[in-house]
Amino acid sequence: MFGKLTLHSIPWDQPIPLIAAAIVGGALFATLVWTWRAGHIPYLWNEWITSVDHKRIGVMYCLFALVMLVRGFVDAAMMRSQQAIAEGNGGYLPPEHYDQIFSAHGTIMIFFVAMPFMIGIMNFVVPLQLGVRDVAFPTLNNVSFWLTASGALLINVSLVVGEFAKTGWLAYPPLSELRFSPGVGVDYYLWALQISGVGTLLSGVNLVTTILKMRAPGMGYTRMPMFCWTSLASNLLIVAAFPILTATLAMLLLDRYLGFHFFTNDLGGNQMMFVNLIWAWGHPEVYILILPAFGIFSEVVSTFSSKPLFGYRSMIVATMVICILSFMVWLHHFFTMGAGADVNGFFGVTTMIIAVPTGVKVFNWLFTMYGGRIRFHVPMMWAVAFMITFVIGGMTGVLLAVPPADFVLHNSLFLVAHFHNVIIGGVLFGAFAGYNYWFPKAFGFRLDEFWGKTAFWLWVVGFYVAFMPLYVLGLMGMTRRMQHYDVPEWQPWLILAAFGALMIAGGIASQVMQLYVSIKRRKDLADLSGDPWDGRSLEWITTSPPPPFNFAVLPNVKGEEAYWGIKSQARENRELSETPKYEAFSIPRNSPTGFVTAFFTTALGFAAVWHIWWLVILGFLGAWATFVVFAWRDENETEVTAEEARQLDDKRRAAKARMLDIPAEATA
Amino acid sequence: MSADAIAAEQRAQGGDPHKLGRGDTPPSERGPAPKRIVVSYGFWIFLLTDFVMFAGFFAAYAVLAKATAGGPAARDIVELPLVGAETALLLASSFACGMAGIATAAKNRKWFQIAMAATAILGAGFLALEAHEFLTLIAEGHGPQRSAFLSAFFALVGCHGVHVTLGLLWLTTMMAQVQAKGFPDEIVRRIACFSLFWHALDIIWVALFTTVYLLGVAG
Repeated sequence: MFGKLTLHSIPWDQPIPLIAAAIVGGALFATLVWTWRAGHIPYLWNEWITSVDHKRIGVMYCLFALVMLVRGFVDAAMMRSQQAIAEGNGGYLPPEHYDQIFSAHGTIMIFFVAMPFMIGIMNFVVPLQLGVRDVAFPTLNNVSFWLTASGALLINVSLVVGEFAKTGWLAYPPLSELRFSPGVGVDYYLWALQISGVGTLLSGVNLVTTILKMRAPGMGYTRMPMFCWTSLASNLLIVAAFPILTATLAMLLLDRYLGFHFFTNDLGGNQMMFVNLIWAWGHPEVYILILPAFGIFSEVVSTFSSKPLFGYRSMIVATMVICILSFMVWLHHFFTMGAGADVNGFFGVTTMIIAVPTGVKVFNWLFTMYGGRIRFHVPMMWAVAFMITFVIGGMTGVLLAVPPADFVLHNSLFLVAHFHNVIIGGVLFGAFAGYNYWFPKAFGFRLDEFWGKTAFWLWVVGFYVAFMPLYVLGLMGMTRRMQHYDVPEWQPWLILAAFGALMIAGGIASQVMQLYVSIKRRKDLADLSGDPWDGRSLEWITTSPPPPFNFAVLPNVKGEEAYWGIKSQARENRELSETPKYEAFSIPRNSPTGFVTAFFTTALGFAAVWHIWWLVILGFLGAWATFVVFAWRDENETEVTAEEARQLDDKRRAAKARMLDIPAEATA
Repeated sequence: MSADAIAAEQRAQGGDPHKLGRGDTPPSERGPAPKRIVVSYGFWIFLLTDFVMFAGFFAAYAVLAKATAGGPAARDIVELPLVGAETALLLASSFACGMAGIATAAKNRKWFQIAMAATAILGAGFLALEAHEFLTLIAEGHGPQRSAFLSAFFALVGCHGVHVTLGLLWLTTMMAQVQAKGFPDEIVRRIACFSLFWHALDIIWVALFTTVYLLGVAG
């Protein structure tokens, strides 16, 4: 009836996960009760959970990523504190628990923090910047989000029911094969990633189609804001790389569930094939994460330097070159495989070549700032910190790309320092810049600057204190994933790194504080004009927050920096552009399809982990039935009349006139 | 303004020498594409992702083709007449699917149902032959657990089979939907996507037939 699941599946003997789960579960339950008592459930259900509005979905993605960031950070804090004390003793985390923690940390931070944060920002921003009303497939967008959440839920369930993988975040075989990992940990990992991977894939399909087929009139390819270009590149990579992950994990599932021999030690299995396949996805993956961040920095640097982006077209070329090259370097993740000097040399060279377009980008940002009127608001500070930090991380990357150096440094803390250097210094700083930059667009008020700057300094200094020691430790010979060690010289550096993690904790606390204070002071921080930063692209032409349909009339784009052109003209002529002709249009209706589907896929994944086969079938049929019910719906759209559109647009135009200090038009 | 409207406007302004309805606005600047284009385009992108996934299984097959671990190799297990019959059934079902497309364009419910039923029967026939092939192999002790080569073989061919099965589920759902609702725009778009899917499975099968079966027999 319940497959492998019994009462003993809950780790009664391990207090740490149980207490942690009790706290999280209690907090969740309390929030639910509070929401229910306050009568917010219908609002949440109608306006958010079932929303097909790309802005709402984007916000939910980002919120989800922030919550999971805290979850992943707790893992990080446990690892840093364990290593700070475990010199010559076992520390406080037993090895089998420590192994689960570093596996969960990597899995969560990549798949459920970095990915959803970037996808969330792309979802929110891209349709606004393109001047259109929504993404190509709004309901599918909602399904994607909930599938991602479904995967994350499975990972968190593994905390209390069973165990998580002890294999590292990529679950290399043969360790991850049934013979060496007989528990359910790897199965949780595999099903969580398969389910959320489908979500990511669908959202990639959605955004590629949106960018290539749905742009405002006049928005040619070489007029798109830089962020849309990097989003296009990133989503092309999702579309091209994520299916490889699906195939690879499916093979491992077949090995574990049906006794196949893709990666086993016996009967012809080939472990290095797994490593090749997973990195054929994995390397593009890091560019899937960093490219949108590059786009965010391009927007932020240009806006806050009050100048057009320097070298716009070279930036496009650099982005697309990175997009293609990212598929030609995967072998640098395992130079020690023994492919021989020629192959290693080839991949070393292609890896170093990627530094060229990246360098083009860095210089373009610097030249954008050069001679600009720079305003150091919080997003701009993140951008500057990024440029310095990312260049350091990039250079250690080029160092690791030299195969002989990699033979010495691979699997050491030097590597750990390198990829945290680029992922925190690049992706996460980018996410924070974007969060501070577009928050007023999403909610109609800016984030508090004082707490934003406090968070910035704690994070940036904390990052350096936490990760620079790891470079040193790597050079001293410390390998990654060590539960304990007996080299006294390492300990001072690890204590220093733990102190850095503490500062980062302060940074996260400041971010929570920033959000709280900003909501309290939302009247003072209100953005009435829809354009709080003197922006240059189309998201700033509409109100903050934008209406569900974004634009009453699709803007007519006449050149690069569409909004800046319209704004400059209005400033020069001392009058707004001509009142457009308003027409009725339809917007898609909300739908619970995504939420219900995710309910069934969660059941399916959980059942598959525990071999509860009837529930697997039920989960699949439920998901299919949900889609059929959705497909049977007759009323898919609601109409917005020309009059409603005109009224909303009148208010927007009046606000713009006030902002530009030009006489408002006589309202009819 | 839609592309059609622009073209119409330009025709009204005195013909269209050599612009062939494209007008002066470059294609990339004509605003959002009509829904029919967006849906098919998006579905094509999805199919490309499916092809990439198959590429993963093809790659695994290529790597493991010689890893027979003392068990049978491809030439020992391939029965070309059976595979020929499978191919014939699959291609015929695609032809029937094409006829369903014509019936959709004509909004003819009866012929749509007949053509889709034929598609389904031929597809099910393909699956039956594939199941027969798999069960025979397993009965002979040549199941996927026998060697890495057989694992890759079963996974690659089976992945295509799973796609056909899911396609049949979709197909019958579409038949029910057309029966209940006829041919409104969104159902016509879904039928277009289904037929893209069904034909894409043919493309995969052609690659599969060549790499697994023909090259397998060649040894």
